Amino acid sequence: MAFGPHLLLALMEGVVSASLLALTALGLSLVFGVMRIVNVAHGAFFMLGAIVTWYVADLSGSFWLALVAAPIAVGLVAILADRLVLRPIGYEPESTIVATIGLLYILEQVVLMTYGPYARPVAAPFYFRIDLGWFGYSGYKVIVAAAAALLLAVTWLALSRTTLGLYLRATQQDREIAQAFAVPVGRVYTIAFGVGGGLTAIAGALIVPVQQAHYLMGLDALLLSFIVVILGGLGSLRGTVVAALIVGLSDGVVSVLFSPTLAKIIATLAVAFVLGVRGRGLFGEEAA
Amino acid sequence: MSISRRTFLGAGTVLTLGAQFPGSWTRHAAAQGSPGPIRLGFQVHRTGIGAVYGRWYERTTNAAVKLINGKGGIGGRPIEIVAEDDGTDPKRGAEVVEKLATQHKVDLIFGTLFSHVVIASAPRAGQLKIPYLVVSEGYHVASGKLNRYVFQPGITDVRAQVTAVAPWILKNLGKKVTMIFPDYAFGHDHRDFFSRVATSQGGTISALIPIPPTETSFTKYFPRVPADTEVLYHVMVGPGVLTFVKEMGEHYGSKRPKIFGFVDSLEGVDLASPGLAFLEGTYFWEAFPRYAAANTPAHVKTFRERVGVNDNGASVNDPKDVSTFSHMFGCWETLHVIKAVVEKSGYRKAGEYRGFIETLEGFQSFPEGLEHPQGAKKFNGKLHQVYGHQFISKVEKRRLDVVHRTAIEDSMYPPEGDYTKQPL
Repeated sequence: MAFGPHLLLALMEGVVSASLLALTALGLSLVFGVMRIVNVAHGAFFMLGAIVTWYVADLSGSFWLALVAAPIAVGLVAILADRLVLRPIGYEPESTIVATIGLLYILEQVVLMTYGPYARPVAAPFYFRIDLGWFGYSGYKVIVAAAAALLLAVTWLALSRTTLGLYLRATQQDREIAQAFAVPVGRVYTIAFGVGGGLTAIAGALIVPVQQAHYLMGLDALLLSFIVVILGGLGSLRGTVVAALIVGLSDGVVSVLFSPTLAKIIATLAVAFVLGVRGRGLFGEEAA
Repeated sequence: MSISRRTFLGAGTVLTLGAQFPGSWTRHAAAQGSPGPIRLGFQVHRTGIGAVYGRWYERTTNAAVKLINGKGGIGGRPIEIVAEDDGTDPKRGAEVVEKLATQHKVDLIFGTLFSHVVIASAPRAGQLKIPYLVVSEGYHVASGKLNRYVFQPGITDVRAQVTAVAPWILKNLGKKVTMIFPDYAFGHDHRDFFSRVATSQGGTISALIPIPPTETSFTKYFPRVPADTEVLYHVMVGPGVLTFVKEMGEHYGSKRPKIFGFVDSLEGVDLASPGLAFLEGTYFWEAFPRYAAANTPAHVKTFRERVGVNDNGASVNDPKDVSTFSHMFGCWETLHVIKAVVEKSGYRKAGEYRGFIETLEGFQSFPEGLEHPQGAKKFNGKLHQVYGHQFISKVEKRRLDVVHRTAIEDSMYPPEGDYTKQPL
């Protein structure tokens, strides 16, 4: 393939993976920013979103219904996890890491026991192939990238324009002062965890027609989300989006033009470099 | 709440007791009925990337055990399966072999599929001197690089498969071949042996495209297929297989080269899945035809019924639960080989394996029938490897129809090892 079309394919791959990555990592970033905890079960929420999508699409025959049901169901699971697991241990950072690792295993094994070890497909709600002459590309993937970008914009609007967004930002900036101003911090925590889970579940639901629902699919999502959140700066939503673009595009371009392994090496080196030179990430706040 | 030392100790004691009881119970039970059941350790991929295979290997194994036990077991002794999950993980695989041999004290071990797990587990079986009968396809057994305790009597190896189908590919599809394969032992066997056979018969390899086994997105690999490729040869494993095949279709559309795949790329996947329409008219290697046809022999029908597979190769209980039909028969046939060898050698108890091993090495063939539903086999006792027929099927109307069946001799190659020279 000539260089021009090759680069075009690389960029298309990059944009699609960047937009999905941003949506996946957004939940992790939100949870860290507001609650100051590391949610290791984040990838499991992504996987759960995909699994719920498969079940709902299989039973009802409607992908759209599944797309709505997945974030709600996973959001509820996240809220339950917050109430039953995280709150009782007082959101203590070390305990939370261990508790969410446990949650990750429980969710994975429950899915393995009920859904099974299969990688099951869900039919895309529409299927067309974009023929660019040199190569073809999945029309659904392009729409998914657009949908993810739209969702990111909606989330940003909700955070900057609504009362809930104000509460979330206030809690993120200073928990105690927010509480002093009558922000219901306990409830805000629960909501942040639920919304974080729901957002990543949407990403999981969107990707099922491309990639099938499988009980181990959360591992990659978790790893890449961590890379993006660390690179962007812990707790910074703007940083998350910018870092997702950098990681997604460079991954797309490097893996198409050179090798996928090299792309992973570069992403990992970038994280190490950022941590070494600028510990708080690209847009992170100064360490308190 | 903090856990007090007493609670902790209490829980520990309960766990220890719980773990010991079943053990002492079975030992007691075994002591009563002389000589008791024959206990087979089953190293199974219940979790990890091999889990779909593992689930079907287990169903096939249970069906075979039910059949054998229903007919009086092995030499009058019923089979008892001791299954242990290895997570499709090499390190855990070696631990599972050790656990089955030393803790469960099984008579022998069988059933491993993924080649990286076999390669990691086989040396441990050799050290523990316990027969280890794999159902793996990799060339590692026949290469002579493992040890005298490792056998593959129920399924053919990759080298035999590609040796048998390469002439057909070159003659019917084209001479310039690009290969896409998983980047580890099993895929390397494909790369090495297909390249070798193809170039020796007038073919050329246009490009080799290895794909990491954990990859989830494949669009980026297809631009590397050279434009002059006549045949795209693909073999893929793991949960990403459907994505792989779908993205191949999106990339090429109708302007595709001829495509020849190993059915591994579609094991556990419904051919009617969305996005697979482009596979129409492409070819697949199969070890055992997934779709029943008019000429399917009676013993194959019985095999399907016993395992619980319908005419489309899916579970009779759930048509979306598609089997790994080209691999799982290997467990069934291996169990019947174990039965034949134990009965012929007069094997009695764990540790006394000389008779078992030498008898198995002495077998030269297994006849087609309910014990060997995939077909007749030839066994090479020096290589510890079995050889059989291979099938080439064409995708038509979203099903696979057999267009060619190779002879057993087509898959033979010059041997590179001799296990019988190793001491026991």
